[in-house]
Amino acid sequence: MSVTTAENRVAVATQRQLIWWRFKKHKLALISGIIVILFYVTSIFADTIAYTEPFDTQAARSYIPPQPIHWFDANGHFHPTVSALKGKRDPRTFKLSYAPDASEPRDVTLFAHGYEYNLFGLIPTDIHLLGVTDGKPQDALFLLGTDQLGRDVFSRLMVATRTSLSIGLIGVIMSLVLGVLIGGLSGLYGGWVDVVIQRIIEILRSIPTIPLWLGLAAAVPNSWSPQQVYFAITLIISLIGWTELARVVRGRFLALREEDFITAAVLCGASQMRIIFKHMVPSFLSHIIAAVSLALPAMIISETTLSFLGLGLRPPAISWGVLLQDAQNLQTLALAPWLLVVAIPVIVVILAFNFLGDGLRDAADPYG
Amino acid sequence: MADPILSVQSLNTHFFADEGTIRAVDGVSFDLYAGRTLGIVGESGCGKSVTARSILRIVERPGRIVSGSIILRRSNNTIVDLTTLPTDGAQMRAIRGGEIGLVFQEPMSSLSAFHTIGNQLQEAVLLHDPIGKKAARTKAIDLLAMVGIPRPSQRVDSYSFELSGGLRQRVMIAMALAAEPHILIADEPTTALDVTTQAQILDLIRRIQQERNLAVMLITHDMGVIAETADDVVVMYLGKEVERGPVDSTFHAPKHPYTRALLRSIPSVLAEPRARLATITGSIPHPFARPAGCPFNPRCPERMAVCETTVPLQYDVGHNQATACHLYAA
Amino acid sequence: MTRILDVRALRKHFPIRRGLLSRIAGHVRAVDDVSFTIESGETLSLVGESGCGKTTTSRCILRAIKPTSGEIRFRTESGTEIDLAPLEARQLRPLRRQMQMIFQDPFSSLNPRMTIAEIIGEPLLVNGVIDSTARTRRVEELLELVQLPSAYLNRYPHAFSGGQRQRIGIARALALNPSLVVADEPVSALDVSVQAQIVNLMLDLQDRLGIAFLFVAHDLSVVKHVSHRVAVMYAGRIVEIAPTRALFETPRHPYTEALLSAVPVPDPRRRSQRIVLEGDVADPSDLPQGCHFHPRCRYATEACKTETPPLTEITPGHSVRCIRATELTLTGVPAQ
Repeated sequence: MSVTTAENRVAVATQRQLIWWRFKKHKLALISGIIVILFYVTSIFADTIAYTEPFDTQAARSYIPPQPIHWFDANGHFHPTVSALKGKRDPRTFKLSYAPDASEPRDVTLFAHGYEYNLFGLIPTDIHLLGVTDGKPQDALFLLGTDQLGRDVFSRLMVATRTSLSIGLIGVIMSLVLGVLIGGLSGLYGGWVDVVIQRIIEILRSIPTIPLWLGLAAAVPNSWSPQQVYFAITLIISLIGWTELARVVRGRFLALREEDFITAAVLCGASQMRIIFKHMVPSFLSHIIAAVSLALPAMIISETTLSFLGLGLRPPAISWGVLLQDAQNLQTLALAPWLLVVAIPVIVVILAFNFLGDGLRDAADPYG
Repeated sequence: MADPILSVQSLNTHFFADEGTIRAVDGVSFDLYAGRTLGIVGESGCGKSVTARSILRIVERPGRIVSGSIILRRSNNTIVDLTTLPTDGAQMRAIRGGEIGLVFQEPMSSLSAFHTIGNQLQEAVLLHDPIGKKAARTKAIDLLAMVGIPRPSQRVDSYSFELSGGLRQRVMIAMALAAEPHILIADEPTTALDVTTQAQILDLIRRIQQERNLAVMLITHDMGVIAETADDVVVMYLGKEVERGPVDSTFHAPKHPYTRALLRSIPSVLAEPRARLATITGSIPHPFARPAGCPFNPRCPERMAVCETTVPLQYDVGHNQATACHLYAA
Repeated sequence: MTRILDVRALRKHFPIRRGLLSRIAGHVRAVDDVSFTIESGETLSLVGESGCGKTTTSRCILRAIKPTSGEIRFRTESGTEIDLAPLEARQLRPLRRQMQMIFQDPFSSLNPRMTIAEIIGEPLLVNGVIDSTARTRRVEELLELVQLPSAYLNRYPHAFSGGQRQRIGIARALALNPSLVVADEPVSALDVSVQAQIVNLMLDLQDRLGIAFLFVAHDLSVVKHVSHRVAVMYAGRIVEIAPTRALFETPRHPYTEALLSAVPVPDPRRRSQRIVLEGDVADPSDLPQGCHFHPRCRYATEACKTETPPLTEITPGHSVRCIRATELTLTGVPAQ
């Protein structure tokens, strides 16, 4: 491309396009962005990707190790199968236990029937991504094994992803609204409004977070339903999280107030509303997006930690923290190490958000 | 005239960016002599700062010296080509400060806000001459006195933010001279200062030059400053040296069309009130859109056909003047 | 010639707050009794070094900040004279279109997220020109005035050089046909050859449109080319005000003399003896008693340390703030 056409392209590029071009250069951030999107797509289709009812307990199926899919049959053709379970009664203890029997392969198919659920919460269906041609998936598919109560870990992991990621998102939106509003007031008006708000923020931030969560979470009554507890936990997390965003917003407002183009707008008679929404908000939107993408992982970790400690979501609700609770003691880990696989998506998504946030921030403000 | 203390020959420093290569310094040659001031003048993008940084081997990535030589005659009379030395080696570090001092444009960002100016001066002294902290402190106070800072034994414990712009720049000059170099490079030393402070600083540099027989290289965009302080001038445009010569001939008998146009377009207190200024048509080209042939040709009032295709060489025009213009190719 | 601006005894003091409860420990007397007038179609330059108060003065006049005391009498289009100093934001808004500003930094004076058409069109939109065709037409007119191609309408500021951005800033300032434009160091951030273009543009625009300019600058060379009259400021006060030729050729204040002699002249044959001032520019939060300039003045006497000289007219149109003005003969810079 000649220099002049390149120049032209850059000249008419909006700020948003420039930011996108800068962002694309960060390969790591780009990949992280794709990973984050994949995670959220997974959580939208959580029930579709799961194949066994997440609450379906079956003591006899307890602690089955992960059963891989055999992709090729004895002749080398592409023919995915899993081994079905065979019940066996131990002659000495009379305990019935199931173990996979390689002599009885079940064909694995896509878009098979399984348990019923509501796609997007609205459309009743029973189609799942994976299934077996004959028999029930809960007897044959154990891609990540089962837990102590015989529940399929893979299916529970899908549902847990949905819960954890949505708490993160909802919590961040609530923090965002609070943060932008309060931070905006603080930065725009300055003076004693700013002083009061800043001191409140400082007090909130100086309270140690874990004891604060413990206190607030312990105050949630046992009698509340999982949905109510879910809402309460989200509220608790976002009530602390807004302070960081408020500081970012306030900082941007303060910096922007001094810019010459703001003075120019004032001097031509623009109203306060116009200055805020036409001049200031677009200027800091990209910073907010970057701050939000860095606040999300914090929210996710908060919820996971609280639930892991037994103070957040509690069974029968499913989230990453709740699943990790099952892996809390050494005995369990010795018996069923595959329960720890839940930690992997947590680590991956936190890292991905961090890289994404860094990339966004660098792209939005290369000089900041 | 005696031998030059520093001789730059056909220096080429290029920046290798994703979008293309910028020829920031494109074949520049000049000499520095003890006791004389060379002024390097030009507008933005002409490469004058990069030239200074090339000499001191502190060009930032993605730039590097591509070809040419920088011959330095050291204080022990050995000759060394600075382009052959490793940028981070012991020799180059000894030369920076020890043989060549550098004064930057922005005194605020060049001085540490966390150390007293005395500490910084001591460090500059001790890096080149380990005489011990006490002796270094005495020397620091002497340096402050030399640059005209009042009450130096008290000021030595001040922080940079406690000083005004003019005083800070004096401290910068003291630091540059702490290890007693023979060459002083000043990169826009007065651009950020008020005009009365500028007069003080230029006066100071001139006085120190006379006392120590320094070779001074003064980089600026201000033709007035050049006229006041330089003995010889190099005019740069888009990385190329377009004219070189003694300051009087350059100002009163400029040869290159750019120099002539530049001199006509600068505002002056000697002008008639509300006099219009002569302008140079067009604007400085984007570094990626360098014109073929002579870089000035699209804006040159005396452009010929050859100017659009062939890069002019340096032509000698007598009286120690040289210019890169086809008008003088004879 | 009608008087378009009449500033009387303008003062702007900033409180210095110290301590936990932000107690007021003193004042920075940034603007300390400034008076001057501007006729319509004329350029008055306000010259001085850093901290002299010229930028604060210019912002007070446009009511970007509120002065501590004094009058800013502005003649509106309808012919009435209004004092802007005590007005509230609501009362100022309808008057704002008659006085505009050109800023120093071409990079921060344009909103990077708006196209050139939107930037120049904003004053029109805000002041009632809702019809977008009418706005576009006017924006194209303005681009032509500042010699920029109208093809640039949909580009963003980052596509333009410093000089071009200043032209855009000038187009924006002219959008509403103001009678007064305050230009705050409009060329100091530009290359020399670009400065020349902008200076010429401003001279042309003044001839064509009859705008009055308050030109704030520290560069006396540029000031010589644009001004009808010049006011020199030091430590918050005007120390001398005179027509351009008179100020440059026969200055009557020692500071003006020192300032003129400090300006580097682009002629190596004129390396005459310069007056090099001792000491630093006066600190507006800690000003000397009597004449603010006396600690650095080579002509100072005992009286200068105690007496505060008033701004006195010594020849018609030429006023000086110096008790020794009539007895001193100072060196100026004659035109060539």
